[in-house]
Amino acid sequence: MKKQFFINANIVDPHNSLNENGGLIIGEDGKIEAIGKKVNTNNLPAREKPIDLKGKYIFPGLVDMRVFVGEPGYEYKENFRTLSNASLSGGVTSVVTMPNTDPIIDNVSIVDFLKRRGRDKSKINIFPCASLTQKIEGTNMTEFGLLANKGIIAFTDGVKTIQNTNLMSKIMNSAKDLGCLIMQHAEDYHLSKNGMINSGIIATKLGLPGIPDIAERIIIERDLTLLEKIKCRYHISQLSSAQSVEVIKQRKDNIKFSCGVSINNLSLNENDIGDFKTFLKLSPPLRKEEDREALVQGLKDKTIDVIVSDHKPEDEESKRLTFSQAATGASGIETLLSLSLELYHNGSVKLETIIQALTSNPAKILKINKGNLSIGNDADFCIVDLDKPWIVKKENLVSKSKNTSIEDKKLQGKVTNTFVKGQELFKI
Amino acid sequence: MAIKLNKAIKISQKHLLGIQDLSINDVNLILDESQTFIKLNQSKNKRLNILNGKTQINLFFEPSTRTQSSFELAGKRLGADVMSMNMGNSAIKKGETLIDTAMTLNAMHPDIIVIRHQDSGACNLLSQKVNCSVLNAGDGRREHPTQALLDALTIINRKKKIEGLKIAICGDILHSRVARSNIYLLNMLGAEVNVIAPTNLMPTEIEKFGVNTFTDMNKGLKDCDIVMMLRLQNERMTSSFLSSNREYYEYYGLTPDKLDHAKPDAIIMHPGPMNRGIEIDTRLADDINKSVIKEQVELGVAVRMACLKIFCD
Repeated sequence: MKKQFFINANIVDPHNSLNENGGLIIGEDGKIEAIGKKVNTNNLPAREKPIDLKGKYIFPGLVDMRVFVGEPGYEYKENFRTLSNASLSGGVTSVVTMPNTDPIIDNVSIVDFLKRRGRDKSKINIFPCASLTQKIEGTNMTEFGLLANKGIIAFTDGVKTIQNTNLMSKIMNSAKDLGCLIMQHAEDYHLSKNGMINSGIIATKLGLPGIPDIAERIIIERDLTLLEKIKCRYHISQLSSAQSVEVIKQRKDNIKFSCGVSINNLSLNENDIGDFKTFLKLSPPLRKEEDREALVQGLKDKTIDVIVSDHKPEDEESKRLTFSQAATGASGIETLLSLSLELYHNGSVKLETIIQALTSNPAKILKINKGNLSIGNDADFCIVDLDKPWIVKKENLVSKSKNTSIEDKKLQGKVTNTFVKGQELFKI
Repeated sequence: MAIKLNKAIKISQKHLLGIQDLSINDVNLILDESQTFIKLNQSKNKRLNILNGKTQINLFFEPSTRTQSSFELAGKRLGADVMSMNMGNSAIKKGETLIDTAMTLNAMHPDIIVIRHQDSGACNLLSQKVNCSVLNAGDGRREHPTQALLDALTIINRKKKIEGLKIAICGDILHSRVARSNIYLLNMLGAEVNVIAPTNLMPTEIEKFGVNTFTDMNKGLKDCDIVMMLRLQNERMTSSFLSSNREYYEYYGLTPDKLDHAKPDAIIMHPGPMNRGIEIDTRLADDINKSVIKEQVELGVAVRMACLKIFCD
């Protein structure tokens, strides 16, 4: 690989507290050689022809902590190759994949298969999660230790919640012993039973059973109470309500844990469901505007650490059904950054805070050396035209599934180039 | 018998999916048109030919006696070719989706499809996929517009008006599409609506629909002109909403004692089928001076004839 020189970029790298106009040099080995304002035409060798980015932005490659891939079992929804391409077009260079596949990622042998597939078919960094319980049945723990030895960096039941408090305490004890990260989807099943959307007037009007926000809060409070006694690495995958933000805020002073939010819950509310739009059947559900505002505020004051895409590709057949029959989830990895930038453009959240929640924070929680532009690290980054307007069109999506929650939405800011290990793998 | 038929009827909607979509003019149009069919249905020759050559498909995914037979009869009396399909034992069981069923039927060029489905919003989905008008005969918990219209017609025929009346809707509001459609319609027509149910059977934020909510039946019935009872929908109950039917009857069953709180000339309505001895005392259900339950069924045919005529145009 030839050495590459970029100049005149706005570089935002929260990990290194970098937010300045400057340049980037990538060595022949695909690693970052120099970065920042020191890199400019004045101190580059005359024979080199640097690429002038003319004020475009450079961000570390995004780290998306909640991504569903259809492999194995649902390759028709998304495979590693299509996920990789979709990620690159959205500036995402590292993804944490959920274990809700067929078969479930719950034992050592399937992890080997997964890592091979991920390596052979995708060009981005794949970090598969294993499940907390065997077959995601919520009864018996998986082999955290052996799985961790195979390179699993986090454990979660993905779309499912550990309901049994005794089991949860045992899981936390094991995670504490072994230093494993646990990620919980917070939903009390008895309270959310049959629920499809937020409990409230929209649910009453549409005649759909609701999921009350307390179903989320009760699991969060339970887990945090356990966490007071059992200090393990614990992460709440997604918050969806003002109540949850409030609880987190109170508890974060005393207990160490982290939490995330889906870009869907930051950008949309229950009114967007309109006339039974099945693409907006999500888990956790979209809630009221006050909840959305509280989540944005939580991101702003850093109560919430991470933004995830909750990318859940579903084929058309799974969505062209009545609302109650339709599958849950939306495809979103390609629009994660652009949709997040909406919060910057409308003045809600600072750019550095958004980028931090998309890069260095998830990397720190996961304990991976990604999501930063430190010298000597892999040059995983994206170049972004912060103001470029574009419209989300199903037919232009790269992902195998087209179930976007924001069809026809006008966005501002687009990834123009994505690099992994110094190689340009996506370009508009 | 000569029936005066209104010409140049205009309705704002292509489909009848719910009361929510209708304007007050639409409602008055349907109710006025229904009046003309009440007399026809009482006469010896009940047959008209205004829907001659039109095809009506009744698509029922849920068992129904009165609504299905009412729609079938309504279509036949207007001269339409009526096909009733009970979807419980057909292609759906072989894995066909609602959209595929819709496409198949659409290819047969029906003029109107009447659908009942257990999922809220099923009629909306269907209406997006077919060329003809769709009439909702009940979707999940969401709406049952023709039931609300026939209830309104019954009230108007008894009380000469709806505006200013105090109307109580009691029972399993949570699972009831009849309650939702009636709340929209009665509010639109200027009634004051009291909703009475135990909290476990009350939908969240129902008060935002502009109704008064009561958990105490006697208080809710106070000075009401109309008492509308709902069926306890055991088949839709997934977990323990109630401790027992006998306790429910004690607190929410309509008995002469409780009815005394309403106005002396209050009338009793029920969309049927009734659970006698659970939500209503059997003596009240059969009291011809108070109960208009049979009248509701009779006027139901007239309302559905009006809807078929208007939405077939």
